[in-house]
Amino acid sequence: MKIVVGHLYPDYLNIYADRGNIAVLSRRAAWRGHELEVRSVSVGDPLQPNEHDLLYIGGGQDREQALVAQDLASKAEGILEAVGEGSAVLAVCGGYQLLGRSYRDFHGLDLPGIGLLPFDTIAGDKRMIGDVLLECELEPGVRRTLAGFENHVGRTRLDPGAHPLGRVVAGFGNDGESGFEGCRVGRVVGTYLHGPLLPRNPWFADWLLVQALAHRLGEAPELIPLPDELETEAHAVSARRAESRGGRH
Amino acid sequence: MPLPLAAEIAVARAAGKLSRLARAGGGTTVPGKLLWKLDPGSIDRLAARLPEGSAVISATNGKTTSAAMAARILRDRFRLAHNSSGANLVSGVASTLLDARGAELGLFEVDEGALPEIVARVRPKAVCLGNLFRDQLDRYGELEHVAARWREAVRGLPTGTSLVVNGDDPQLGALARVHSAALVFGVDDPGLARASLQHAADSKYCVRCGTPYDYAAAYMGHLGDYRCPACGDSRPPLDVAARKIELDGLESVAFTLATPAGERVVRLGLPGLYNVYNALAAASLALSLGASLEEIVAGLESFSAAFGRFERIPIGDRSLLMLLIKNPAGANEAVRTIVDGGAPPVVVIGLNDAIADGRDVSWIWDVDFEPLLAGLDRLVATGDRAAELALRFKYAGLDPDRIAVLPSLQAGLDRGLELTPAGGELVVLPTYTAMLALRKIVGERGFVRPYWERAA
Repeated sequence: MKIVVGHLYPDYLNIYADRGNIAVLSRRAAWRGHELEVRSVSVGDPLQPNEHDLLYIGGGQDREQALVAQDLASKAEGILEAVGEGSAVLAVCGGYQLLGRSYRDFHGLDLPGIGLLPFDTIAGDKRMIGDVLLECELEPGVRRTLAGFENHVGRTRLDPGAHPLGRVVAGFGNDGESGFEGCRVGRVVGTYLHGPLLPRNPWFADWLLVQALAHRLGEAPELIPLPDELETEAHAVSARRAESRGGRH
Repeated sequence: MPLPLAAEIAVARAAGKLSRLARAGGGTTVPGKLLWKLDPGSIDRLAARLPEGSAVISATNGKTTSAAMAARILRDRFRLAHNSSGANLVSGVASTLLDARGAELGLFEVDEGALPEIVARVRPKAVCLGNLFRDQLDRYGELEHVAARWREAVRGLPTGTSLVVNGDDPQLGALARVHSAALVFGVDDPGLARASLQHAADSKYCVRCGTPYDYAAAYMGHLGDYRCPACGDSRPPLDVAARKIELDGLESVAFTLATPAGERVVRLGLPGLYNVYNALAAASLALSLGASLEEIVAGLESFSAAFGRFERIPIGDRSLLMLLIKNPAGANEAVRTIVDGGAPPVVVIGLNDAIADGRDVSWIWDVDFEPLLAGLDRLVATGDRAAELALRFKYAGLDPDRIAVLPSLQAGLDRGLELTPAGGELVVLPTYTAMLALRKIVGERGFVRPYWERAA
């Protein structure tokens, strides 16, 4: 089966090894006999709502983020429509912030978001940098951990009742206070975790592939398990790092 | 009331001796840290005592090597106070000043983040800025943030201070317009340019208007001959240029050094285009400090690598070739240099994540390791984050059976040596603390001297 990924602004938002995430999705799809086709959707490119099974948007430095914010606003309708008809979304760091309603930077300037996810972000005075460990429950009763690295000055506050991606076990998370990290609505996930996120969290890479395939097939398929010894070891090291040194200025 | 300077100096020097005696390390920053704590203003006063003043060099990549090259050129002309062991924060500069009895000129390699404070304290007569790459975002923050602090530091320079900048870097080229007395260096050899920007290229958008630059030639990361199609911002004219560059694998590189004082062919005993950039920085700085073209060529040609940056270490009947890697731009050049010398069958890569390495290891995913894959029979992934590194290669397409994951650097080194035939050379790419640890392991076996005992 072919899975089509729309990679938004790969030439602008690629600061935290976003291509690592794409490589993981691509290989893990191929090992199951699926083909992942990655199409770049950058400044000025049109976004066709029914074209992509998964949209990916990475992180950038403030300068690049401001450069794309305007263009993203022009794609907002297309993205909302794509999500409405079942496309999955993964947004990391700067890309995550742009999916909220707004981002107020250090100088008090407002950068518009597209309002896909229910939160606002305001720059704080200290960067939140370090290893992070989350506990997630994407399906009721199934608890799994995500290990990554965060580096953001934005404090993201979810609306009351909104679902985070996970609960912070160690690290800062969205705002350093709420104990929440990321935001999830259905198949749309935003998170500050890079590292990159997917190599050391293969279960989550597979979850995304299942969501993308579900969009394509109309129902969620089972994926055959893969030998993930290296991934498991990298996850364990990263998780230990978060427990010993995450969440400290 | 602060202690008299002489008393502070005596206390701080004694602390350094104790640290070295206790084998706690080189003792290279202990006295400076103490002095900085006791009275930070004393650093200003110590620097002001140098009769010929000071020069500082900063860059994301190559600052240790370019400063060492500049020292080689200048050492016959001046008695130098040079922080050659790489202690490049304010405390390291303070320690060097403390140790520099009788020195005439201060020559300081300076950490990117520490540049503004060191420039304000030392008041150098020349400032050399080599490049700004994305590096350890967890430590320095975003590139733009470092660039903004540098711009501010340059704006504050007295007009009499010489500014030496790499014009091939858009962020630094722009500084040449801010300061009246700038000397601009760069590479002028379109034959050597890459077809496209590398993946990790950082500053590819116009510093003035944000439009992507057109590159007539892209040499290394975002370094090259750029021009903005919208507003016309472009690389400033080069005062010092490298032309006709001839790369000779892992052995050497030759180029024509064109300066306002004339042209000479220079043959470096180090490989790679990145060392041409280092040599250009050193040569331009030396020119601005009054060195002759003859001194520059002689200094550059007699230079051998700064420690751990590019080192061949004989180890029994084999040898190690160690190239430090610390960020995407630098690691890309290390990979390119190695592959130019013939892709090796065995490579040891040591990835640590201490503060000095960067706690965030995501940068390895931005390095173009792929050219190594073609000839690679075995990868030894070692260091604290060995498993993460193994994943980088697994998802690049290397069969996991060809990857050995050995977090212990000792075990990783030994596995690499085992896989190297007698008479062969083992390529080792360590991050900073992995490099220090590997040198220590090899040193304990009697093959290298501790770095603080090495002559500059």
